Amino acid sequence: MATLKELSKREELLAGGHRLCAGCGASIVVRQILLAAGRNVIVSCATGCLEVATTIYPYTSWRVPFIHSAFENSAATACGVEAMYQSLKRRGKLPVDEEIKFIAFGGDGGTYDIGLQSLSGGLERGHDFLYVCYDNGAYMNTGIQRSSSTPLGADTTTSPAGKVIPGKQQYRKDLTDIVEAHHIPYLAQASPHNWKDLTQKVEKALSIKGPKFLNVIAPCHRGWRAGVNQAIELARLAVETCFWPLYEVEDGKLTINYKPREKKPIIEWIKLQGRFSHLLKPENEHILRRLQEGIDAKWESLLRREGEK
Amino acid sequence: MGKPVAMTGNIAVANAMRQINPDVCAAYPITPSTEVMQQFASFVADGKVDTELVTAESEHSAMSACIGAAAAGGRVMTATSANGLALMWEMLYIASGNRLPIVMMVVNRALSAPINIHGDHSDGMGARDSGWIQIYSENAQEAYDNLIQAVVIGQHRDVRLPVMVGMDGFIISHSIENLELLSDQEVKDFIGEYLPLYPLLNIKQPVTYGPLDLQDYYSEHKRQQAEAMKLAKPVILKVAQDFAALSGRKYGFFETYRLDDAEMAILTLGSSAGTARFVIDRAREQGVKVGLIKLRLFRPFPMKELQAALGHLKALAVMDRCDSFGAAGGPVFSEVRSALYDLSPHPAVVNYIYGLGGRDLGIAHIEQVIRDLQEIRQTGSIRELITYLTVRE
Repeated sequence: MATLKELSKREELLAGGHRLCAGCGASIVVRQILLAAGRNVIVSCATGCLEVATTIYPYTSWRVPFIHSAFENSAATACGVEAMYQSLKRRGKLPVDEEIKFIAFGGDGGTYDIGLQSLSGGLERGHDFLYVCYDNGAYMNTGIQRSSSTPLGADTTTSPAGKVIPGKQQYRKDLTDIVEAHHIPYLAQASPHNWKDLTQKVEKALSIKGPKFLNVIAPCHRGWRAGVNQAIELARLAVETCFWPLYEVEDGKLTINYKPREKKPIIEWIKLQGRFSHLLKPENEHILRRLQEGIDAKWESLLRREGEK
Repeated sequence: MGKPVAMTGNIAVANAMRQINPDVCAAYPITPSTEVMQQFASFVADGKVDTELVTAESEHSAMSACIGAAAAGGRVMTATSANGLALMWEMLYIASGNRLPIVMMVVNRALSAPINIHGDHSDGMGARDSGWIQIYSENAQEAYDNLIQAVVIGQHRDVRLPVMVGMDGFIISHSIENLELLSDQEVKDFIGEYLPLYPLLNIKQPVTYGPLDLQDYYSEHKRQQAEAMKLAKPVILKVAQDFAALSGRKYGFFETYRLDDAEMAILTLGSSAGTARFVIDRAREQGVKVGLIKLRLFRPFPMKELQAALGHLKALAVMDRCDSFGAAGGPVFSEVRSALYDLSPHPAVVNYIYGLGGRDLGIAHIEQVIRDLQEIRQTGSIRELITYLTVRE
């Protein structure tokens, strides 16, 4: 596994100068992943902030081969690239000693929602690729609309905290669980505040043949209504509150990679974000309670599962 | 000489794919094209091709994988029909916009609703503006020949566009016909080695596909696509010429039958040409000067060539196996009629919408069309511009 010193000396594969917001969580996530992956990767990317802000023609930030085709098909597109690699390799049309890895990126919109089918198909067919969801909990690129990853109670432009309905009414979809049901060799949740855990997970995933999945929290200060300099702090608190547990499932075996010494209440994370400000009102306390209950139930279930034989 | 065989259209097409031996096929089954990929999957399973087969979970993903594979840098094929093509819609434009020479067999079928699995052209015609070259086939032999030629057309350096080859669902796809197959070696030599342009798999020279292209560049890229379509025309003719030298079978943008001395003509696309030829022969025996033009190429549309071929006519009936609701007639009609507008005088042109959802086009229907043309020829006036043929009204 690469050390911080080694990582710091590697070539940046996502060039600076792209138009992602200052303090964008997604760009930090991608940068860490590419540092860990190295040069021999081909990237596919769903339509979204990451794609539109890094590839404004005639410029590109990608120092590795990159393809964006549409919103709902980052996985299927990557599978096509990988299929061609397998075919040409078999036919002896590619250098024998050159091993290429494939990474598909998508936001939560392109992964949890519109791209779920494409992801599921790619995982089921067993393509040799790593799918990375950078999860910022809403459709940020189109202006902060709710996704199925948006947390309960959050204010978004399509689940506004109104006079009658106080924000999103549903729990988030547990995509990592859904992916696990595909019984792929490796999947994990990660966070950019813990660069070591994230980069190790990337290295491990890319060393395994077959489909792999990483769900990485990617704070978005625009959508979360937080400070420009708070991405890493928000990611850390998401983990400390167990809103975003760091865990991995390798060949069916679940390991929790980080257990907070003292699990913080979700309010610690909530109170830094304008999207939840209405939850601090007394009449919305029940929503906060439900949110906490959901987080507790998931954490308990992870602890239980880890303890199982 | 080719090898004579008896095959359905689907099996003939699957054999063309076997001989082409593409690097990647990504597909999703849909009637009536299912059999193409089914047969091809057997070729893969039996080791008769080296293709990487991606059995996608939808047509949208199938075309997405085709796009990824083609951008990676290799020969890519697929097949679909009707709703499957409709589900690919978004990706059709992305394939052509990225200039990826994917070749797709479209076994033409009616679009839902109501659901109908039989042959008409509403699927292909709906995709006419998607930037794909469109070639239509009358029978299994043509479908086989067209698919092989499509590979060479699409990959040409002047073109680099995806190509769809159409054949009528069930009428051709499921009927056994006599045809000739080329030898495997002949096909291999004819299509040549695939030369990728800007392949993703060349990691030493990273490229970015599918960037955000705004007001400052988008128009120029679209203009280049239009230019590629224009440049495709001589390539299509050259490929047809080479193919004729190999097979003895001649192809052009269209085929004419008893047209030179005709005063009236019927224009068809797809399988109905056979019926039309038969009825035209009978009419000719009675001294009726009627001929046939069968359109093979719909995109790029051979406007100038049609003007030259049809200018001498007094009356022309354009047959559309597809409606374009609320438009100035069916899609073939409106384009053919537009092409003839510049001629002075130009033939009177009428439109027949027929055979929707696989409804049979019979001898009597074509006879009616010829009677109508004769009336126009005699009176100089058109009674019905657009007629729904083969419909109970």
